[in-house]
Amino acid sequence: MISMNPILEIEGLSLAAKSKKQLVTNVSLSVGAGESLGIVGESGSGKSLTLRSILGLLPRGVEQVSGVIKCDGRAAMIFQDPRGALDPLCPVVRQLAEVVYYRQNVSRRASRTIALELLEMLGLPDSLKHTDRYPSQLSGGQCQRIVIAIALACKPGILLCDEPTTALDVTVQQQIIETITRLQSELGFAIVFVTHNLAIAAAMCSKLCVMKEGKIVERGDSLSLLQNPQDPYTQMLINAVLPLPEFERSAGV
Amino acid sequence: MKPTLLDLPLQADDKNKRIINRILNTPSLLVGSIMLIILVGLAVLAPFISPYHPSDQNLYAILQPPSSEHWLGTDQLGRDLFTRLIYAARTDLKIMVLAEIIPFCTGVFLGMLAGYYGKWIDTLITLVTDTFIAFPFYLIVIIVAFASGAGQRGLYITFILVGWIVYARVIKGLSASFRKQEWVASAQTLGIPGVKIILRHLLPNVLPQAVVVLMTDMVGLLVAIVTLGYLGIGIAPPTPDWGTMISDGQSFITTAWWLSAVPGLAVVYTGIALSLVGDGLADLWRRK
Repeated sequence: MISMNPILEIEGLSLAAKSKKQLVTNVSLSVGAGESLGIVGESGSGKSLTLRSILGLLPRGVEQVSGVIKCDGRAAMIFQDPRGALDPLCPVVRQLAEVVYYRQNVSRRASRTIALELLEMLGLPDSLKHTDRYPSQLSGGQCQRIVIAIALACKPGILLCDEPTTALDVTVQQQIIETITRLQSELGFAIVFVTHNLAIAAAMCSKLCVMKEGKIVERGDSLSLLQNPQDPYTQMLINAVLPLPEFERSAGV
Repeated sequence: MKPTLLDLPLQADDKNKRIINRILNTPSLLVGSIMLIILVGLAVLAPFISPYHPSDQNLYAILQPPSSEHWLGTDQLGRDLFTRLIYAARTDLKIMVLAEIIPFCTGVFLGMLAGYYGKWIDTLITLVTDTFIAFPFYLIVIIVAFASGAGQRGLYITFILVGWIVYARVIKGLSASFRKQEWVASAQTLGIPGVKIILRHLLPNVLPQAVVVLMTDMVGLLVAIVTLGYLGIGIAPPTPDWGTMISDGQSFITTAWWLSAVPGLAVVYTGIALSLVGDGLADLWRRK
């Protein structure tokens, strides 16, 4: 899976704990500009660590043992717990404007204007423009939109998503996915989407990597991977997606 | 676009009303604050409350028991005990508050630096705090107070030197735990300078805990001020001070026990008030 014009390239990445326990082994992947790559796998498979290593956000005690990470262009990250990714004691629009101020080198005043435009882009309520609010006063979905707005304030070439929908209600999950997809087509950034939810990953991304115990066990185009899984673990993940019970169809016919 | 959950109004609430309600629902904070307000009120309004001057002697009326004329009686020089008590509150509370300002600021700041940056800054600050803590507190206080000379200046110097340690330790741990949270990590990757993260985002988050520590630490500081006064290396007479009042009354403990007991109770009263406020604030912020 070599893209013609990769914006992110990881080669032979290995991560290990200080206790020498191998956490991620020899992971290579590349993402082209505007592409979207999904990384799926169970908890503890090393998918989040791989993603975090791109920004150098490894937890204390975890080290990069080998491998090269090349990232052209800015990377920004969206986190699993949107409330945890915001300063609880700072109003959200101020947080957003602050990032705009430092990343786009504009005046304080202009940064606020840009922040308000971003709010609009993310479909956040207009009332935020008049009265700023603390993260605890917003719903989980609204917080996640703020986090996405903050990520976009960096004008990222690549957006790293670390299970951005896991902590949200199902209906809100849908909205967030739609928002990210819409913004991607508008702004053209690349996406690396880490999730344990194969259905979401397949819906969002054209390419998928399946990770297990720190290794990539299978990769390929989403469709062909779903239809014709080679690795037994991928097969297991596909089977684990619960189908809806088909009451209505049988009742309707 | 079809309407979504996001079009619902934000969860607005009447903030001031909620804060007042929460204070009313925290009895320890309420009682402690009322006790403190009474105390500070007496201290500030001392000249208007008492007709006497704290140093006015009346050798015809020494060691009198409490009466309508002298609410708490008089001491061995015929000075009105109640007047001295509330004037002493002025001295002691003033020093207590002023002596906490610099240690509070330096302690919180150093604690944040150690917790946020870790590594050698943490090692250095931990080394210093641990060294200080290895010594008995009063040993250091008495040595420094002696070295810098008796009186108020000595008290201030002493607490500037040793007072910050409590804050540095608590705030260091707290900052280190905030550091592990995602919003700090994300602020770093988003390119916000470290100093800004510390001052704008970390500080407001650690401040509540720092204020709770401040309340309990002030109790310790007041006891230290009074102890040094009692030992004769704190506030020098004739400035009224609870510590010197206790030691003055000691010679008459069998005949006029209230001379020592009353200023002692004043220390206890202040300690309880501050502790209640500290507990109440901790409760209030924990429930949020």
